[in-house]
Amino acid sequence: MSSVDFTWLIGGPQGSGVESAANIFSKVCAEMGYQIFGKREFYSNIKGEHSYFTVRVADKKIHSNVNDVNLMASFDAETIFRHFNEVISGGGIIYDSNLDETKTDAVHTLDAPFKERLHKELELKNKPFTIAGVLEIAKENGVKLFPVSFKSILETLSEETENPRLKGLVRMYNVIAVALSLGLVKMPPGSLQKTIESIFSRKPEIAKINQQTATYSYNHATVKFENFNYTLPETKKEPGTLLVQGFQGTALGKMASGCRFQPYYPITPASDESVYLETNEILEITDDRPGSTAVIQTEDEISAMGMTIGGALTGTRSATCTSGPGFALMTEMLGWAGMNEVPIVITNYQRSGPSTGLPTRHGQDDLLFAVFAGHGDFPKIVYASGEIEESFYDTGNCFNYADVFQVPVIHMMDKFHASSVITCKRFDPQKISINRGKLLEKVDDGYRRFEFTDDGISPRSRLGMDNGIFWNTGDESDETGHITEDPILRVRMMDKRMSRLDLILKNIPDVEQAVSFGVEEYTIISWGSTMGPVLDAIDLLKKEGISIGLIQLKLMNPFPSDYVSSLLKDAKVIIDIEANYSGQLGKLFKQNVARDIDYFILKYSGRAMTCTEVYDSLKKIVQNKANKREVLMHGA
Amino acid sequence: MALKLADYKTDVHNDWCPGCGDFGIVNAIQMALAEMGIERDKAAMFSGIGCSGKTSHYINTYGVHTLHGRVLTFAQGAKIANPDLTVVAVGGDGDGLGIGAGHFVAAGRRNVDMTYIIFDNGVYGLTKGQASPTLKLGEKTKSLPSPNTNSNVNPIGLAIASGFTFVARGYSYDVRHLKDLIVQAVNHKGLSFLDVLQPCPTYNDLNTRDWYAGTDLIDEAQKRHSRIYKLEDQGFEPVVHYDSEVEVNEKLSQALIKSLEWGNKIPTGVFYKNELISPYTQRLKDKIPNYLENPPARQNISKNGHPNTDISKILDSLEV
Repeated sequence: MSSVDFTWLIGGPQGSGVESAANIFSKVCAEMGYQIFGKREFYSNIKGEHSYFTVRVADKKIHSNVNDVNLMASFDAETIFRHFNEVISGGGIIYDSNLDETKTDAVHTLDAPFKERLHKELELKNKPFTIAGVLEIAKENGVKLFPVSFKSILETLSEETENPRLKGLVRMYNVIAVALSLGLVKMPPGSLQKTIESIFSRKPEIAKINQQTATYSYNHATVKFENFNYTLPETKKEPGTLLVQGFQGTALGKMASGCRFQPYYPITPASDESVYLETNEILEITDDRPGSTAVIQTEDEISAMGMTIGGALTGTRSATCTSGPGFALMTEMLGWAGMNEVPIVITNYQRSGPSTGLPTRHGQDDLLFAVFAGHGDFPKIVYASGEIEESFYDTGNCFNYADVFQVPVIHMMDKFHASSVITCKRFDPQKISINRGKLLEKVDDGYRRFEFTDDGISPRSRLGMDNGIFWNTGDESDETGHITEDPILRVRMMDKRMSRLDLILKNIPDVEQAVSFGVEEYTIISWGSTMGPVLDAIDLLKKEGISIGLIQLKLMNPFPSDYVSSLLKDAKVIIDIEANYSGQLGKLFKQNVARDIDYFILKYSGRAMTCTEVYDSLKKIVQNKANKREVLMHGA
Repeated sequence: MALKLADYKTDVHNDWCPGCGDFGIVNAIQMALAEMGIERDKAAMFSGIGCSGKTSHYINTYGVHTLHGRVLTFAQGAKIANPDLTVVAVGGDGDGLGIGAGHFVAAGRRNVDMTYIIFDNGVYGLTKGQASPTLKLGEKTKSLPSPNTNSNVNPIGLAIASGFTFVARGYSYDVRHLKDLIVQAVNHKGLSFLDVLQPCPTYNDLNTRDWYAGTDLIDEAQKRHSRIYKLEDQGFEPVVHYDSEVEVNEKLSQALIKSLEWGNKIPTGVFYKNELISPYTQRLKDKIPNYLENPPARQNISKNGHPNTDISKILDSLEV
């Protein structure tokens, strides 16, 4: 049996149901046993600007997107203008035949720089500045065109079902596009009906109209469309497969790990996590009454952080979730938490900076900022998850690190994670352990919160505990927590706090610090969501007999210098791959391991890497044709 | 064993200037805690930055000395996570009405059941006497190079507009009255605010103890009278008794009008009190029925070192 690796793209104006269309498509494919990697791209806009979703479907585990699109489903002109070139020879474009004569100038959301590039190409190829023009190019590229009048589909369906409302219901265009696509690739239709039913389970009327529309469109494709090169027959489903959105990994991880307090301030792409936690605020507890997470929307990120610390002081596992600009506001308090040895978790879904940057686009821009955040020297952990499945378990670890080492933990995630939809193994909460470190259950007389101990970590009381009175201050303090400016005590306290950086490196297991996927002559270092495309690219090269090593960095601060250095001792060429301008991991690596990076593969266009472009760059490196700094550009 | 006033004092050396109005406030807080008999380990004092920030170190309860302007955020977080705590937040007027004004307003909207006391002296003492948000336009205290170019904030008016449900003013040299106000504020169900006039003997040479005492005001009978007077002595009725727009508006507007009084007559006492507005903890209970019996701080989260939270239903819904 030949293997399936198929990429579907759907686009449309924001607010037109692109996301739900992609959800239906992904869910149907997942139900049929396929592995999914989907990614959403959208503007910082509520309605009208172009958004699109790329869904890669395969019958083996996949970790990323590819450049090539096999089938594009569109119901507006802009999607065709922006993406026609991504569809490969033998692939197809489903489009609304009523749009043929639409000119580029008629699409007011096409921005000037893009339009200029498009016009240049059309001029060069002597084509009109219309949909017909770009589709001619697609045709010359070997792409099959599947025109269909969305309007007449609705009209016919409206007559057949005697439902006059349906006639003008352009909101159905997204479902039509999905059903046409599934019909074209001959996906068994049963799952489509079931999926629509489950998505609209609270609105049976809407479910019914959607199902009728889907059936009609599906049949239209099977009858009216000519044969297509790609089919998606039912395949064997792995039992225990989840279809999750990126932010659900850390959110579910927080629920399982016992995070019971999450103040936050809205920011893209982080707020989805908090909203999801609040949606599921009441929690089932085994053999006990229900638990709950108090999710508090605050007036700003400063307040979110202050409340999180306040909650943590009561002994509650407390976290917040933010992105770069919000994290910037939190940094003064981060130092306070470090000074007062307060265990908190800050989940940081990075996006493109600097400043507001590209607020809805991807970037791993804040690694160095997280590592160096805050004034003065204080211990903190910066921890980065690679894939979404991993982020569930890592969240559990982050809370343990915070409790055991009594430090703030910054859990680095990003926009690529947050807006990906993937299949993965069902999360197993029992693989998470809960270790609260030196949190006290009862306190004896003479308690001192910051008592000097052999390992530098003092037993921790909580606000409201009998006999557990303590003081906190952002000033330097003595063992009870009262202010001191004594030079000797100051040095002892600094040494006590900072000594846990070594303790952290000694106590966190190696495999939680960095993961080796093998070391070769050419070895990559990478981190975060970029791991996905890198893993797939390495796989592609392996098929060609090219072996490339890979070390994933997870513990970013304190940096596991000795361990990483020993892992890489046999690597001759080190390649740093990450989604930012300056190669921030590379800088951190050089600072800590005292070794130069030989090649950088970087991307800072705001779009996530595809495995295709990583593969291309790696190949250039192996063939000695690469620049020291390869900058990736794929993606509209 | 009943707790005595002395039990609420720490042996931390107090380094405020001699004659500082802050002493009266700390004493009043300690007296109020003793009078209410609040267990020391069930109360938490939160403080901001500045002279007033040191308050939490002088009181023998849990004490959290936070950051400039941010005291309310820490305090609300602790109270929401553990609603059994008695939470009192303190800070200066620069702290709460300058850098922290955003949190002040937001806290009013939330109405978390706790108390916030502002030590109001018109200057930034610990940084050597710059103008604070309550210093009036054109006033020049001792260390200002030139008269103040900003208008002042009206703390009482701002609290009322922000939604604080108990708003009062005390005077740090009337410790007994202040103690009574603190007791009322702590017992109030909702967010209570106390603006405490507190002469800074070192940097505020305008609003001095003598000025408040009215030594410069001599009436026709050659008698001086204090600028400070008590609202309750004039039969002022601050309480919202029933939930009607007319009643609420009347009580709000009379409080606002009183808050504008300054100069030769400065009102103290309770300006406004409304317990008909739900405290934040109640709002959470409306969403999470067992929130008060099983708040975040009390929840057991593990069993044999692993999660006891059962997320299987959510996972089922995500399974394909």
